[in-house]
Amino acid sequence: MRRYLPFIIVICVALLAVGSGIFFYRAKRSANTTPRISKSETAPSGESIHALGPEDAAVTLEEFGDFQCPPCGKLSEPINQLQKKYNLRVIFRQFPLPMHANAKEAAFASEAAARQGRFWQMHDLLYREQAVWSKSPDTRALFNAYAGMLQLDLGRFRKDMDSAEVQRQVEIDQQHGAAIGVKTTPTIFLNNEVVPPKQINPDELPAMVEAAMKKAKPSS
Amino acid sequence: MKSRERSQQTSTMSRSRVQTIFYSTAALISLVGLAEATYLTVVFLSGETAVCGGSPDCFQVLGSSYAKIGGIPVSGLGALAYFSAFAFATFAGFGYAQARRFFAWTVIAMFCMTLWLLFVQAFRLHAFCRYCLFSAALIFLLTGLVIARPVAETEKN
Repeated sequence: MRRYLPFIIVICVALLAVGSGIFFYRAKRSANTTPRISKSETAPSGESIHALGPEDAAVTLEEFGDFQCPPCGKLSEPINQLQKKYNLRVIFRQFPLPMHANAKEAAFASEAAARQGRFWQMHDLLYREQAVWSKSPDTRALFNAYAGMLQLDLGRFRKDMDSAEVQRQVEIDQQHGAAIGVKTTPTIFLNNEVVPPKQINPDELPAMVEAAMKKAKPSS
Repeated sequence: MKSRERSQQTSTMSRSRVQTIFYSTAALISLVGLAEATYLTVVFLSGETAVCGGSPDCFQVLGSSYAKIGGIPVSGLGALAYFSAFAFATFAGFGYAQARRFFAWTVIAMFCMTLWLLFVQAFRLHAFCRYCLFSAALIFLLTGLVIARPVAETEKN
């Protein structure tokens, strides 16, 4: 028995390592692969819209956000959950505030990721890691690393971040926001009706969405 | 004559005990390294980001081009190396003489790779990943054991 013991130990450890690796990988994959109907649409003006959820959803939640704004970061996950729960259509528009030094760079990073079909993954990552990159003196290196983590084409990502198209896209969103009276972030519209700033928080937003759902579908 | 035989027997027994303790320690260290490298490989493959307690350095290191060799994550190669070290240490602990040599060579290869990765972090990326530093510490421990091994064996002889 003692002769076979090292073989048994080594085989058991190999199986345990591979098994736990597969289990952990599946758990991470299922957590990451949210069934999102994600696309970037192109409006007649040439602007690209980042939207999640069906076009004919009963309620559309449109957010003007700044990746460096802490309340926006706190709302990111609750909005994801509301999108899944109510099958909302969520539209994100860039509104980097001038007082946030790295917000514009972050907006460019998300737009560059969008050009490779990973806007929402970068959106979630930027909000999740907000505390880290907000204080970093070298955000470029971090955003490149995030792009690497999302398995983007790094050469293309770097080029897109500096491209005039990406910068123009952010400007278009900002101008659109300014034109409809957006001054701060997060500003949220539910079916084109602005949500009062006091109610834009993870505790009150679900009730607002529910009310909008009832209003949109009074019979149900 | 009898007392000489007895003393030789005692010496052989204590040497084998030292070897068992020595290789068990090496196997345990390798097992810790295997767990860490497996975690990092899964994180890499799932496109997740390793959380470094609020430090941005992990992203810079693990997201860099140095984190892959021919498309294979370095952490995956690390997991393979730790598993080999664990297997050789286990066999060596059970008295397989050949396994001791393989264990030593595996650890030396890991040590050289660690030196390269530390150089990359210090002089090319200017960022240190805590996971990589932890792994480097484990490999330095294993290297220390490999260096100490002949001394321990000679002393017993």
